[in-house]
Amino acid sequence: MSLKLKALLKSPWVFHLSTGSCNNCDIEILDCLTPRFDIERFGMLLAPSIKHADVLLITGSCNRQSVVRLKRLYEQAPKPCLVVAIGECSLSRGMFIHSYNCPLPLDKIIPVDVYIPGCPPKPEAIIAGVVKLIEKIKKK
Amino acid sequence: MIYILYFIFYGFLLTAIIGLLASWVDRKVTARVQYRVGPPILQPLIDIVKLLGKETLIPRGASRATFLMAPVAGLTSVILVATLLWINNLGSGDTFLGDLIVVLYLLTIPSISIIMGGFASRNPLASLGASREMKLILGYELPFVLAVFVPVIKSGFSIRLAEILAYQTQNGAITGSLSGTLALVVAVFCVQAKLALVPFDIPEAETEIVSGPLVEYSGSALGIYRLMKNMLLFTLPFFLAIIFMGGLRSDGLHLLNGLLKVVGLVALITVIRNTNPRVRIDQAVRFFWGPLTIIAAAAVLLALKGL
Repeated sequence: MSLKLKALLKSPWVFHLSTGSCNNCDIEILDCLTPRFDIERFGMLLAPSIKHADVLLITGSCNRQSVVRLKRLYEQAPKPCLVVAIGECSLSRGMFIHSYNCPLPLDKIIPVDVYIPGCPPKPEAIIAGVVKLIEKIKKK
Repeated sequence: MIYILYFIFYGFLLTAIIGLLASWVDRKVTARVQYRVGPPILQPLIDIVKLLGKETLIPRGASRATFLMAPVAGLTSVILVATLLWINNLGSGDTFLGDLIVVLYLLTIPSISIIMGGFASRNPLASLGASREMKLILGYELPFVLAVFVPVIKSGFSIRLAEILAYQTQNGAITGSLSGTLALVVAVFCVQAKLALVPFDIPEAETEIVSGPLVEYSGSALGIYRLMKNMLLFTLPFFLAIIFMGGLRSDGLHLLNGLLKVVGLVALITVIRNTNPRVRIDQAVRFFWGPLTIIAAAAVLLALKGL
């Protein structure tokens, strides 16, 4: 594995984007930064701007309004960039699967590296998901 | 020839290593204040290595050359300051007359490079942050220069760092006197603003204008800015230690003493940043031009009286 990827896995800065979620997943993401879970131990920081981010955390059901913004953000993220889908909505659109407003699930729009199910997923589940992501990249 | 050696080994490598360690101290103390565990010791280095390996994006319509040169200019000036400080502290100290003034000028260039980068990136948030940084510079430079006057007056109107150091080896640290203590207090506040840390992180205000002038930076340009900030986190306390506390010495117990000075100043800056809310730009400028300038002027007058 190259030094570039090794350093990336040791200091993944996350940027969270809500594509029309009910905000519960976003609150659970922010919970990971609290003293109880403290993901800064693993070098993770909340990036203020997409240009600083390495990992894109996406919540919500990708409605028509936000898909345009989602694509633009993914293009603006400096590569290598990993994408994590958090919550039932971004995995399969959840209860909005038959909605006129959510035509496509997230992984039909941009490539997704890891899926974290739950409505909302617990902070423990999010951390476990990120650990799986790191394992997956290491195996490559 | 010896100066090139100082430039590469002391100015860049040693300062970068200590700066990264100082940045780790800053993050660890912050974490402990918030009842967290905090990052491992190599974290600042890993961050920089990661950023150097990432893609650098240049926004459409941005001034390409200025956008990419601004971080380099800032980093270079920090390296130059560190070189001058190390030569005076460790070496023979036979630098030129007025190196204190050069150091004061060079210490402004990191802030100016941030302003240049912010305006070059053609982002409204970056422009807003850069204009705030400009106002902040106007605010803190006056009390900072007044505070630096105190060691100059104390050491018999000398504007050479080596003579200020020599004065302190003979007569004890300048902080020991009343005027020196007042000037150090003022200088610590100004350093806080120079580093753009809370309560004076108005240009970068993460929750308000995302990260101000740095918002469009990515990849290696951001990495250079981060390295510059980390090195500044060591260079500024080192400068204060030299002009107010008698510098660092490498023999025996004095090494521990010098280490305590720098780590103590970094920890003090961190504690200030963790226990204060952000102020508005008008409040910051009023604070610097009002109380701090008055205290600094009082310190200068006391120093002239010999206190």
